[in-house]
Amino acid sequence: MKKNWWKALALILVTYTLLAGLLMDAPRLNILNETIRNLHFHVTMWFGMVILLTASMVYAIKYLRSGQITYDDKSVEMAKAGVLLGSMGIITGAVWANYTWGEPWSGDSKQNAAAICLLIYFAYLVLRNSMKDEQQRARVSGVYDIFAYAAMIPLLFILPRLDPNSLHPGNGGNPGFNAYDLDSKLRVVFYPAVIGWTLMGVWIASLKIRTRQIERALED
Amino acid sequence: MKKFLTILFLCFSLASVAQEITEGSYTDQTVEMADTMRSNGKIYVVVAVIMILFVGLSVYTISVDKKISKLEKEVFKEKVNS
Repeated sequence: MKKNWWKALALILVTYTLLAGLLMDAPRLNILNETIRNLHFHVTMWFGMVILLTASMVYAIKYLRSGQITYDDKSVEMAKAGVLLGSMGIITGAVWANYTWGEPWSGDSKQNAAAICLLIYFAYLVLRNSMKDEQQRARVSGVYDIFAYAAMIPLLFILPRLDPNSLHPGNGGNPGFNAYDLDSKLRVVFYPAVIGWTLMGVWIASLKIRTRQIERALED
Repeated sequence: MKKFLTILFLCFSLASVAQEITEGSYTDQTVEMADTMRSNGKIYVVVAVIMILFVGLSVYTISVDKKISKLEKEVFKEKVNS
């Protein structure tokens, strides 16, 4: 029970996000209107994804250094949970864009880069399934995982910012999403939301990691 | 004429990109928000529905978690014995 406090924290933070995200005062902005509240739901998916994929990359390195297969289990499940959050991020982004930018997919540089990033990680999952031998699969996909992470960082954080015509805020040379960052009322919900959604992702991943370990124990 | 329109629309698009959040953003009545929904209290209906969904999903996730804990106990105890 002692180890479960963070699961309770995840539930509390997401509950807070849902309540405060929907009910608290939001800035009245043109075009965006009430959709500014998507900041707590759509944007947090991407933050969660990046954190989970970082964990996946760290476990991939740990596996490659030690050869212990349990690290590979952790690496792949973290990546899967990250891809889940990312997929939901891209779908929610399309819905949001449909009503604010006029179409679900406007070929915005960040949209395209995020799609490429997800495709790279889909390839990771397909690559894993193509190999039978456990250790070989873990080694090859561990190496690929590190490269995928190295590709994700410029795709999400550098390339879109070089595009002066990007529709996403904080692009065209500006760091971060500073227009939102200035607003403390949104931040009060946004940062707990990032932690809450990320912990939910970790929880889902941990359930599958534990299932894998039970399966492994039964095989032996 | 075409050029003029292009420039005009460009100005509009630049103006919308450049919007920033200020103190006045919270009281700007020219921007449409879900005020009617809130004054009628109906937003709380939506919040209630979402909360019920989330509680349901949470309870389910917790039960899966418990089930896995039980299996872990059984499986790993077995291994120690054998």
